[in-house]
Amino acid sequence: MAAPAPVLRIAAECGRSRARAGELRLPHGTVPCPVFMPVGTRGTAKGLTAAQLAGLGCRICLGNTFHLGTRPGAELVRRSGGLHGFMDWPHNLLTDSGGFQMVSLLELAEVSEEGVQFQPPHGGERLLLSPERSMEIQNALGADIVMQLDDVVSSTTTGPRVEEAMERSVRWLDRCLASHSRPQQQLLFAITQGGLDPALRRRCIRAMTRRAVPGFAIGGLSGGEDKAQFWRTVKLSTELLPRDKPRYLMGVGYATDLVVCVALGCDMFDCVFPTRTARFGSALVPWGSLQLKNHQFAKDFRPIDADCGCPTCQRYSRAYLHALLRSNTAALHLLTLHNVAYQMKLMSSMRESILQRRFPDFVREFMATMYGGRGGPPAWAREALESPQFPGPPHSRPSPHCVFLYKFSLCFYFYRFQVF
Amino acid sequence: MRLKLLGAGGGRLGSLAGLGRSGAGSLSLPGCLLYTRTGAAPHLSHDTLREVRGVPGVAHIALPALAEIHDVLEEYKEGAAKFMGMPDAVLYCSLHDPVTPCPSGYNTNKTVSLWGSSGRMEMTPSKFMDIQRAIQPDWFQCISDGDTISGEAGRKRAKKSVDRSLSFLDMCLQLQEKSPELQGSVMFGAIEGGDILEERLRSARETAKRPVGGFLLDGFQGSAMAKETKLKLIASVTAELPEDKPRIIHGVGKPDEVLECIERGVDIFESFFPFQVTERGCALVFSYSYHPDPEATVLTQNGTQHLEKNGAQEDQEEVSKADPEMTPFEICLKDKKYHDDFGPVLEGCSCYCCQRHTRAYVHHLLVTNELLAGVLLMMHNFQHYFGFFSAIQEALRDRKLDQLKELVFRQALQGPADATLRQ
Repeated sequence: MAAPAPVLRIAAECGRSRARAGELRLPHGTVPCPVFMPVGTRGTAKGLTAAQLAGLGCRICLGNTFHLGTRPGAELVRRSGGLHGFMDWPHNLLTDSGGFQMVSLLELAEVSEEGVQFQPPHGGERLLLSPERSMEIQNALGADIVMQLDDVVSSTTTGPRVEEAMERSVRWLDRCLASHSRPQQQLLFAITQGGLDPALRRRCIRAMTRRAVPGFAIGGLSGGEDKAQFWRTVKLSTELLPRDKPRYLMGVGYATDLVVCVALGCDMFDCVFPTRTARFGSALVPWGSLQLKNHQFAKDFRPIDADCGCPTCQRYSRAYLHALLRSNTAALHLLTLHNVAYQMKLMSSMRESILQRRFPDFVREFMATMYGGRGGPPAWAREALESPQFPGPPHSRPSPHCVFLYKFSLCFYFYRFQVF
Repeated sequence: MRLKLLGAGGGRLGSLAGLGRSGAGSLSLPGCLLYTRTGAAPHLSHDTLREVRGVPGVAHIALPALAEIHDVLEEYKEGAAKFMGMPDAVLYCSLHDPVTPCPSGYNTNKTVSLWGSSGRMEMTPSKFMDIQRAIQPDWFQCISDGDTISGEAGRKRAKKSVDRSLSFLDMCLQLQEKSPELQGSVMFGAIEGGDILEERLRSARETAKRPVGGFLLDGFQGSAMAKETKLKLIASVTAELPEDKPRIIHGVGKPDEVLECIERGVDIFESFFPFQVTERGCALVFSYSYHPDPEATVLTQNGTQHLEKNGAQEDQEEVSKADPEMTPFEICLKDKKYHDDFGPVLEGCSCYCCQRHTRAYVHHLLVTNELLAGVLLMMHNFQHYFGFFSAIQEALRDRKLDQLKELVFRQALQGPADATLRQ
């Protein structure tokens, strides 16, 4: 069998960080990266029509195997023409394995070597989600990228369970690879684990990179762990993962996190945050967020963001949205539209700046806008961006390192260029 | 505002032109308004509404939502339409929201009570006009006492509703003269009188003497009034009204009732009915394709009969399990039987929902409580309802209103059907 064409094409790399820009070549079209993927849990992008989501520039979004596998069921989705047909989505889709939902949503999910045993929330007998079963469901759903079933532990867990989960995830990767029935149409990504333990992460990545998978996810993070450890784990992972394959950091979606993790070398992200927060009346803006239900907006006749070109900002004021939130779900959709547009714009701005070799400028401006009045970016973000970068291949002797430094408090910056 | 009638039989076929600030707005008659909640179509953003065909040229908003933000509108100064992101819309402001129940017994000789999300608001004519000055609507219902629908109102209460409403009308007309912001606004006089013929006639004649731009038939909401009485009163009222001014009715939305009112001289209806259908997870599927195509008619008739024989029993059971408000003109997509129905919501419908999605998908969205269910159903239900009014206009033009009536009334009797819409 011929080697599959590489998924990731890198168009530019920032010389002063690990950021890269390019595109993902996927079965339903090309997707520029770095990319943020909105989450459409149950086959719907939360109140937005498929046409609206595509109109915002989205070319890949997520569906949840657990939710869809439960209702309406994989077989029904398959008969509808897969998830693409079911949702009428002509672009790319990614499904997760179902493992995370089960562990986070179900009280009685039991993990064993076989798989995850659980009680379906809407009645029925206990079921087993094994790597094979997860692949079967994902094959029926037909997403362009499918995720291995991993043994997920909370990022705040410590002790032998973390190692056990990591080792098991490697074994489950092999089982997923073996039972994947549509490798040409659907790309199976591995999910690296190991908690916050560098040694475990290293072992996991070493093992998983020996398998022929087209892409890698960094899993088990974004679960309430200490941010200082979070970024170090991300950085370690991107240093060890192959350069030429996409790196998908799961569950990351706050703007600052996205910027830092792009700088650390991640290509793909997903998070429910922007769409969920919209449904609570919160609009994302470059300087934070506006809680539009608050009385302070009742007579604020400006748009959410005058520089945002989205349909909501073009037509409606904060005051109107404040009033509409009381009586009409249309307000939630207008905010969801805006928040997705915000995320798309953030990613495309980052991408542009990387292509134009001015990513550090972008980061500085971003941080100044977001944290200017508040004493600078959080410590963890500063540390992450100031940490030494080793863009060379993993196990080789590190070349004279390149430093990506920021001095926000002094409002100036300096950097050294690396010559390979 | 100019009303032009084309003199067809059985209804007032025509149009209203010269509407709105620009004077470019128009509304075909008989027609309906676009129901909005605080200025947006329910569930729909501007671009999703744009996908709906046949959206009427006049938008309907209820006063309570705007009264609650009176101070905001006063500060804004440029009128509600612009505030709500529809600066070019033609806006009709009614006194009450057709979907919000109005508890009885709160009106007085000097005040009328409105109900909004923050509860009851008591309003005098003067306060009412203050708010209208901030709203700057194109059309508005004059404040009136329509609290006669609970079924307990007698002759005395009916008389009061007429007296009060006329007194409010005179006050408001005076106040309008002194309000520069309302010079371009058309006031609609409300015709009250409960179920007492004498009072209805008095209200109609007296209101017609005032310089109002149009008339509103009020107090026909709800189900307390006997159907025959309702129809008789409507006919009697419109007979007293000048031909050249439009007549709106509130609270009537079902297709059969719409047709009955059109025959009795009503021009304009609200479109809250498709919204109510949406809220109960249902879709309008009634046919209004009355074209006599002999072959197809036979097939349809046979098909329908076949369905009836086998399905009627089942359907009746399901109807009782389903929402009691459900009408014979709709199907309930929450029903289990649709979970693997891969056909469109309504065969032959050209709306976004029917062109792109299946009953199975909408069923899934409803069962999982997804917001998109409301979006898709609202798009379908609005488009179907607006199409119905186009069909009425066409039927009047072709002098085929009787065929359309027959078709609609047959469906009103026969229960939910999985009809095919042929256009």
